[in-house]
Amino acid sequence: MPVLELRDLSLRFGGVTALAGFGMEVHNGELLALIGPNGAGKTSVLNCVSGLYRAQEGTITLTEPDGASHALHRLAPHRIAALGVARTFQNIELFKHMTVLENLMLGRHVHMRGGVLSGGLYLGRQRRAEIEHRRYVEEVIDFMNLEPLRSAEVGNLAYGNQRLVEMARALALDPRILLLDEPTAGMNAEEKESMARFILDVQEERGVTVVVIDHDIDVIMDISDRVVVLDFGRKIAEGTPDRVRNDPAVIDAYLGRTRETA
Amino acid sequence: MDVFLQLTVSGLSTGMVYALAAAGFVVIYKASDVINFSQGDLLLFGTYLIFFAVAQTGLPWSLGVVVTVLLAVALALVIERLVLRPLIGEPIISMIMVTIGLSSILRAAVNAIWGPAPRSFESFLPAGDVALGPVILSSGRLLSIPIALAVLAALWLFFRHTRDGIAMRAIADDQQAALSMGISIPRVFGIAWGLAAASAAIGGIMLGNIVGVSPNVASIGLRVFPVVILGGLDSIRGAVIGGAVIGLLEVYTGGYVGHGLSLVVPYVVLVLVLMVRPYGLFGKEIIERV
Repeated sequence: MPVLELRDLSLRFGGVTALAGFGMEVHNGELLALIGPNGAGKTSVLNCVSGLYRAQEGTITLTEPDGASHALHRLAPHRIAALGVARTFQNIELFKHMTVLENLMLGRHVHMRGGVLSGGLYLGRQRRAEIEHRRYVEEVIDFMNLEPLRSAEVGNLAYGNQRLVEMARALALDPRILLLDEPTAGMNAEEKESMARFILDVQEERGVTVVVIDHDIDVIMDISDRVVVLDFGRKIAEGTPDRVRNDPAVIDAYLGRTRETA
Repeated sequence: MDVFLQLTVSGLSTGMVYALAAAGFVVIYKASDVINFSQGDLLLFGTYLIFFAVAQTGLPWSLGVVVTVLLAVALALVIERLVLRPLIGEPIISMIMVTIGLSSILRAAVNAIWGPAPRSFESFLPAGDVALGPVILSSGRLLSIPIALAVLAALWLFFRHTRDGIAMRAIADDQQAALSMGISIPRVFGIAWGLAAASAAIGGIMLGNIVGVSPNVASIGLRVFPVVILGGLDSIRGAVIGGAVIGLLEVYTGGYVGHGLSLVVPYVVLVLVLMVRPYGLFGKEIIERV
């Protein structure tokens, strides 16, 4: 039973076609890599799933463990997040004027209750809830080794650390599905290695289903269970890393070029 | 000395009305980057709503204040729902232009409902004077200062500690990230407009008491701009300090120099601040790298 099912997605911006009947399934608990040449439509897929883009055609269905299913293509982004779909961005989208801790606490937003007035009124209950959230966030900080940075303002952090904070914030949401858009972009070899380690830990220790886009084929092939290859908004191959690596269509579209230059 | 103290109280009380109007402006700007040109007209509406509730309907003061604030919030929510929400996702400039249109419509609505003539009603702040040693101060004006400060403090606490207040700051910081954290933009915008209208209504109620009910109140609302430019577009604290400074400057110039100049002083400050410190005293220093 797929936790996430994308069917016949078509997304156009004016005359430009980003996705042309794209479909894929994401299985519960797997680490799925989404690869493809520049402009293939990888980020568009993530944006459709998280509700930032609305595909003109096609459906996206999320199925919960109890069998309840939700049509994500009809939901607003904040509802999708509330269903446990968290993500990071290619260009790092953090609350730059806030601290690491505050950023992570915002990751708890969907789990917090309280309206405009009640937030100020139920001090006791509110405080207990706050302590709970704080505990969860501290656990994530611990998990991602971010203790030294917890009270630093995010805008001042080094690039690699910002990526870690962004991932930690997504984890604070306690997601069922984590969408990572080029989590190792702009990192050096050592940072890439440790990010790959974190991604694996997220999948294995926390049981989160992960969909990851990356340009660094080597890193991604090493850690993923399955790979989906996109080109010109279509799925051109899918399967285990080894199978995809040897698929002629993939070699043509993508890997062939890297081999020649390598 | 008497004159100085009287001017100070008068300046601070006017300043706090400015601060209330400006705080509403700040709330909307913080949440949505929209410069709300109709903020002064929300103030105007508040003044007429309290007149309607107390003088025309005959409600007691306490109830009248509650009704005024509720009506103002309801009005703002309708405006947000019908006019601004459809524009979410459009360029900010469209929203800003729409608030200019809103300003005219609100002003015309007040004119259509209540007419252009100034109205009067019995002030609810105690009309008497308070003797502070040798100095006689208007107790109404004196009282309006703590009332305004309490409202402003509540707003400040809202931003710091409540779920929606923090969500508002998050949206202002990075809208995409806020969306992906499950923050509902329509909800936050609605709350922002509701709060802006509430604080403008309280400012309007105080204005009605201090200077009376007339269409001129809208021009007082214009002072929002020097206040927020001085204090910083996105700072509640800035709105309070900015309001006090502009209010005081106005009455000091009016009292010691002349009335004509006092009308201009706020805008002179506006120009000077823009030249020296364009993000205001407490505003976020936003550096755009191109």
